Amino acid sequence: MLYIKCPHCGMRPQTEFSYGGDASVKRPELNKDVSDQEWDDFVYNRKSLRGKHLELWQHISGCRQWIKVERDTATHEIFRTFKADEEVA
Amino acid sequence: MQKYSIFNLVKNAFSNHQNWDLAWKDPTPKEEYDVVIIGGGGHGLATAYYLAKEHNITKVAIIEKGWIGGGNVGRNTTIIRSNYMHDENGLFSEFGMDLWRKMSQDLNYNVMFSPRGIINLAHSDAQMNAYARRGNSMRLNGIDAVLLNREQVKEIIPMADFSENVRFPIFGGLMQPSAGTARHDAVAWGYARQADSMGVDIIQNCEVIGFDVSAGKINGIRTSRGNIKAKKVGLCVAGSTNILAEKLNMTLPIETHLLQACVSEPIKPVLDNVVTFGAGHFYVSQSDKGEMVMGGDLDGYNSYAQRGNLPTLQHVLTEGIAMMPFLSKLKMLRTWGGIMDMSMDGSPIIDKTHIEGLYLNCGWCYGGFKATPASGWTFAHTIAQDRVHELNAGYSLNRFSTGHLIDEKGLGTKTWIS
Repeated sequence: MLYIKCPHCGMRPQTEFSYGGDASVKRPELNKDVSDQEWDDFVYNRKSLRGKHLELWQHISGCRQWIKVERDTATHEIFRTFKADEEVA
Repeated sequence: MQKYSIFNLVKNAFSNHQNWDLAWKDPTPKEEYDVVIIGGGGHGLATAYYLAKEHNITKVAIIEKGWIGGGNVGRNTTIIRSNYMHDENGLFSEFGMDLWRKMSQDLNYNVMFSPRGIINLAHSDAQMNAYARRGNSMRLNGIDAVLLNREQVKEIIPMADFSENVRFPIFGGLMQPSAGTARHDAVAWGYARQADSMGVDIIQNCEVIGFDVSAGKINGIRTSRGNIKAKKVGLCVAGSTNILAEKLNMTLPIETHLLQACVSEPIKPVLDNVVTFGAGHFYVSQSDKGEMVMGGDLDGYNSYAQRGNLPTLQHVLTEGIAMMPFLSKLKMLRTWGGIMDMSMDGSPIIDKTHIEGLYLNCGWCYGGFKATPASGWTFAHTIAQDRVHELNAGYSLNRFSTGHLIDEKGLGTKTWIS
């Protein structure tokens, strides 16, 4: 069992959360020309890093907020969690 | 190479089986090869075998970081099937079924192929309609499919829950009678032994740490055991695809996820077929040792850990118990995990890349084991001829940008949702 510290609710078991994938993926800005390659990178292409991975989770059975989690994909260790709109240094 | 036969078995019995040849050698890497296959799993070994057998290319090395057959080919639930609706998947897998049927003779190695049939259960009228459609598509592609009603399913698997008040009643099912299982380790070992006998170097404990690419062309690889020159390089590394892609500055439509499986204590024969639960994701068969072999969903987050967490296992087995309540009485013997190369449309990639001489075989998601012979055969063709075969033409890398996706389940790009 993973334990994720929701920045709004505190430490909760993983079963309260739902996964949302790579948080570093940025949607192309719509007010400028977007190339096919940019859409490809947004929709399909993923780095899927081994090691530290910043990802989205939703506290679906709690506050229902989206959050960012910095987690190691090799050891499952969770380092830090952030609110969805928080900048990650 | 020593042939495995009853005569050789008897002959070797007189010397207490001490004088058998090694099944494959342990060579030191040569300076140069025509083809280097990275990844000594089922697909890599099969690719090397078909390169030698079908294309007479024997200056081949398989580079494996750990030991051959230690990854997903030794971690799956051994299911072999071709019950797909889309032409690309159906024709590719059915070609593979033919290779499976001949494999034990072909490799002179008993892979214990057991065509015991697979039944996908349906739990609503809508699902029965969908299965009828899939069954028709299969039959149009020459794949055997039988639509079973509730009574027919009950005849075959009476131990499933046919009581009146269940949440997901069994309406019927779609059966592929020619599907089945095989001894997964034997597949890896059989391919390795034959490839080795034809001159392929199987190099274990050798990690790839980099690639030698210049002017858009591959020249070789850098490994923990030195540099190796190669005219062509094939990537067959399943869950490690993203790691090697990063070294090539490639970003692929692949995510690496964790999938668990488990076996119960051995019991007397009770289940003749492979059965899948249609209202979730759970599949079960019974091994020759009597263990119930079970699996289902991904753990649901990117992972390279090769070991899973209990909530997913509990979720999967809850579905199993809903389908076959007697499973709740069994003790769990072993659980394990493997890392899957989950592609963005659920279908694999067997293709050339933008780097000349570099070939890609990945994206097998839940279905890598059954594809082993067809994947090896088509990948060998793609490498040897430097062009894709019609069987893997649909499994192109650029289908994601051109929109020619092969999304069998219609799940979209959230690879962890099953």
